[in-house]
Amino acid sequence: MLSLEHLSKTYADGTRALSDINLMVHEAEIVGLIGGSGCGKTTLLRLIAGLDRASAGAIRLDGETIDGPNPAVGIVFQEPRLLPWLSVFDNIAFGLDNVSSAERKARVGHALEKIGLAEHAKRWPRDLSGGQQQRVAIARAFVTNPKVLLLDEPFSALDAFTRASLHEHLLGLWEETRPTVVLVTHDVQEAVTLADRAIVMQPKPGRIFDELGLGLARPRDKAGLPFETSVRRVLTALDQSLNTPQKQPQRERDRQAAALWW
Amino acid sequence: MTGQAESQAWSSHEGAAALAAPVLAEKRRAFDWRVLLGFFLPILIALLWEAAVTFGVAQGRLVPPPSRILATLAALSETGELWTHVWATLWRILAGFAIGAAAGIVLGALSGANETIRRLLDPTLQALRAIPSIAWVPLFILWLGIFEASKVALIAVGVFFPVYLGIAGAILSVDRKLVEVGHVFRLSRTKLARRILLPAVLPEALIALRSGLGLGFMFVVAAEFMGASEGLGYLLVDGQQMGKPDQILAAIIAFALLGKIADSILVYSTKPLVRWQDTVRERL
Ligand SMILES: Nc1ncnc2c1ncn2[C@@H]1O[C@H](COP(=O)(O)OP(=O)(O)OP(=O)(O)O)[C@@H](O)[C@H]1O
Ligand SMILES: [Mg+2]
Repeated sequence: MLSLEHLSKTYADGTRALSDINLMVHEAEIVGLIGGSGCGKTTLLRLIAGLDRASAGAIRLDGETIDGPNPAVGIVFQEPRLLPWLSVFDNIAFGLDNVSSAERKARVGHALEKIGLAEHAKRWPRDLSGGQQQRVAIARAFVTNPKVLLLDEPFSALDAFTRASLHEHLLGLWEETRPTVVLVTHDVQEAVTLADRAIVMQPKPGRIFDELGLGLARPRDKAGLPFETSVRRVLTALDQSLNTPQKQPQRERDRQAAALWW
Repeated sequence: MTGQAESQAWSSHEGAAALAAPVLAEKRRAFDWRVLLGFFLPILIALLWEAAVTFGVAQGRLVPPPSRILATLAALSETGELWTHVWATLWRILAGFAIGAAAGIVLGALSGANETIRRLLDPTLQALRAIPSIAWVPLFILWLGIFEASKVALIAVGVFFPVYLGIAGAILSVDRKLVEVGHVFRLSRTKLARRILLPAVLPEALIALRSGLGLGFMFVVAAEFMGASEGLGYLLVDGQQMGKPDQILAAIIAFALLGKIADSILVYSTKPLVRWQDTVRERL
């Protein structure tokens, strides 16, 4: 279980990116973090990944405090961040340093199958499309079998078709080892497609506004009524999160702004 | 780059998407005959000049016709004189390049990797860089004598600066985002240097070495002008003093060939290291 306790982060320039975040994520749960720009979603993932230090509070994974990069925590960034001098195969194998070469081959081969890029193993990243690169990045994080996988808007740069197929690939990989997943997204549809629970965040300072259990069975029927209802619930919560701190007259304008944003 | 995009578009037009990769690879390997187009202009000019001299339109005393230059080259090469000079020049460049490049790589890497060292080292080196390197000549001659050591030192100074700047700059401009990938996988400092920093700086480092080598060729002439009894630079001076323009031009041609060959060897021997790069480099 991943638990965040009274987590705060104030940057050196005084920006209060996160303030008193409390969150429990169960094993094998997929949590969708959603909220407007600048409400600290990336900051939160960077803290969990150990790439930044919290100003206050603690992060624990099964009781063990996390204060630096940890083998049990994997992260996929918004950009693929593949190493251009390594082949697709070697990129996926990047974190498998202390594994026998036979096992490395087997694991990477299997991941390549799963993401549908088996015949591209020997190519350079520059020869892949954006969606294919992002799939490689996801596979690179999965092959080390992390207990917790952090995804920071991994699909935001892709078109709707590619995104839908990547959701399938992601769930396919997730089914195998069932890690805990924290997924940051701007897209309500995406959150409802993938997550068991949606966390709505608010900016200035970044904090949790609301949590919604989605309780949908998998595989999810995106055309079904329960799906639609969930999307609407999350949208309503988001709307409220954008409106609450402001005074009444601003309400309508904000609603319009929110509608444009999504 | 456009060529590659074109061929990619072509193969998919033909509906041979599955075959695209091997077809591309073959096209890349096939010899591009358009290269020969580059020879057209110089050969044309040479032939015209040759004809002008043959038919008495021009005298060809100060600008000898190509045939005479080639004959001079052949004569020099037959007596073995040419090879003595080529070898002398090449040896000086290689020695100077090795010293200058090694120093440039070491100091550039230190200065790029460590902020304190950079603050300590960089201002002094930048100040030294502002001195025109030829200005060192009298001092080097006083310190190191008029023989090989002072020449090699001058070439080393010329090679040092572009290599130092290139390496330090390459390290400073390594993408922080890729370094973070290394942190995520908990690479130790040495592994981070080997698996991420080194490959990331390699392309720029090779370009720095190339410009260093180019400057080495510039400075070897300067070095040989300051009094040498052999070397292609000596051939130049000798040709001037003896009034032999054909010898001067022969030496210039030898320089051009030597420089091009050295550069090509550097480029092709290091090509496998940076094959992953996008193709821009091939056009540099
Ligand atoms: N290195 C930094 N130094 C100072 N302030 C920062 C730094 N990184 C982020 N911030 C600030 O912290 C706040 C939260 O940033 P963060 O990147 O976490 O937002 P986000 O929710 O990921 O936004 P987006 O959806 O646009 O990616 C912002 O106000 C941002 O300006
Ligand atoms: Mg972000």
